[in-house]
Amino acid sequence: MPNIAIQASGLVKWFGEGEAKTMALRQVNLEAQFGEMLYIVGPSGSGKTTLLSVLSGILRPNEGKVLVEGVDIWGLSTDQCADFRLAKIGFVFQDFHLFPRLTTAENVAIPLILKREDWNKAIDEAKKYLDIVELKNRAELPPVKLSGGEQQRVAIARALSSQPDILIMDEPTASLDGDTGHEILSFVHKNVLNKDRCIIVVTHDDRIYEFATRILNMADGKLGDAEGKAA
Amino acid sequence: MKGILRLAYKLLVNDTAKFSAMLVGITFAVFLMMFVTSMFSGVMKHASSTIINIGASIWVMDPAVNTVANSIAMPDYVLDAVRSMQGVKYAVPLYSGGALVKLPDGTYQTVTVIGLDDTSLFGRPELIEGKIEDIYAEHGFIVVKDAEFSKLENPQIGSAFELNDNRGVIVGIGKVATSGLYGIPTLYTTFERAIQYIPNPRYTTSYVLVEPKSASDIPQIKQQVKALGYRARTKEEFMQNTENFFVFQTGGGTNLLIMTMISFIVGLSLSGQTFYTFILENLERFGALKAIGTKSRDLIVMILFQATFAAFTGYGLGVGLCAFLVWLAKERLPSYAAMITFSNLAIALAMVVVIAAFSSYIGVRRVLRIDPFDIFRG
Repeated sequence: MPNIAIQASGLVKWFGEGEAKTMALRQVNLEAQFGEMLYIVGPSGSGKTTLLSVLSGILRPNEGKVLVEGVDIWGLSTDQCADFRLAKIGFVFQDFHLFPRLTTAENVAIPLILKREDWNKAIDEAKKYLDIVELKNRAELPPVKLSGGEQQRVAIARALSSQPDILIMDEPTASLDGDTGHEILSFVHKNVLNKDRCIIVVTHDDRIYEFATRILNMADGKLGDAEGKAA
Repeated sequence: MKGILRLAYKLLVNDTAKFSAMLVGITFAVFLMMFVTSMFSGVMKHASSTIINIGASIWVMDPAVNTVANSIAMPDYVLDAVRSMQGVKYAVPLYSGGALVKLPDGTYQTVTVIGLDDTSLFGRPELIEGKIEDIYAEHGFIVVKDAEFSKLENPQIGSAFELNDNRGVIVGIGKVATSGLYGIPTLYTTFERAIQYIPNPRYTTSYVLVEPKSASDIPQIKQQVKALGYRARTKEEFMQNTENFFVFQTGGGTNLLIMTMISFIVGLSLSGQTFYTFILENLERFGALKAIGTKSRDLIVMILFQATFAAFTGYGLGVGLCAFLVWLAKERLPSYAAMITFSNLAIALAMVVVIAAFSSYIGVRRVLRIDPFDIFRG
């Protein structure tokens, strides 16, 4: 597997037209490697989430190119792009977005079910991932019965269940208290990151910077290395 | 695909409150509609009871006749003329009229008297007691044992009564396929006795019942009867004519339409609104599914399945509830006029399909418009 997970060049994205036009990304170039935990940090409105969406095939840029594992994702059709995301990219959302009416195991099994795996096989597989996030004993509970930290772990298990090469984490500690957030990222760094996986974390929580392999600072739609942080 | 449908099923059914609300809405709507239309079907069947029970293939009548109960007597030559027509195998007269019966306890009861052709007794009821030839005995009448039987004080063979100062005697107890609409007992006798006992205008033949030589003769018989100045209707046409009269000339059809529309609107709004709320509540999660990599086609399948499952479950419950209540009512009130027909089921099914389509449409429209980017933006 080539070492470059994501290669983006000349990304430009704006919203609105005329006087209402807002530049979200200004000629952004980025390279993310397998085996690294790349943080994109910056203040609210700096374009972090827009960049994450463009990189993961969710938001089409106005200009520029994104190669994920060498595939130009914006050259794919909508359905091909959806399939590509399902196969290659795992998502952990800020608000978890777990289905409250499903059990924890069923939530984790969703990407497998979307990949047309047999239901029972998917549930068995999901339980393995719940075991990885140390929540196997919560498999039959609905997510609402779990704490915030546990729900975030379920969301991580769901993201991992499709065995993605790239894991996208959007503000993973925003809905958690400081200790739990720290614990979750520590867990991800220790158990999820490996040489064949690239993790991109968007955050402005400096208490979890210690787990970053590399930190990129985003401000006003432009990307640069964060000061004082070693790659 | 099975896994996706199971996922959709669990998302729907596990939301007990909303699923129940949708089911209640659809069940209630289907029940209302089924009940109204089945009552109408029942009434129509009872209104056509004489046509069904007599069973003649062709009925010749005055062109102004709307329902079998409102016959207009025809002169005797009509019978002779019809008998001489090409394609007629045989033709017999039928008398149908109302009368007042004085019961042994001195009370009066309205009855329908059917006078059968003296020679053939064509259209006679199936006897459960007595012998058919006794109808020729002096004062002989056959009583129909239906829901109205008790109104004649549960007569036995040999029971006597008065009909327009004439003595009548029950010589047989019969049964028929369908009892009448108006809740009055039915007596059968011979044509001659009927016109003798019941005061009549100049003409006495209510209908001429015709059996064609073959089905292909029906058009020419109708043509010949028309040339005579009368009208020939097949059994089915006469029943349809009776139904049309109630639908279009009594306000019954308008009431049926209004009730059906109300139940449809109730079902549509209740289930549509609840399903839309269900979609709205899960909108962000559907957005998350899109972000994860769910194709729009899969989301459409999920929503279609959810709406269809809820609609058809409600349909089943509504039909079941209606059938149960009709059965219960018939257990208590044998003359209860309600009948579930395939047409009722089909109409309610069509309504449910529209509800499912509408609910799916609003759900799909909303879900397809979610931008997964909004999920990231929060």
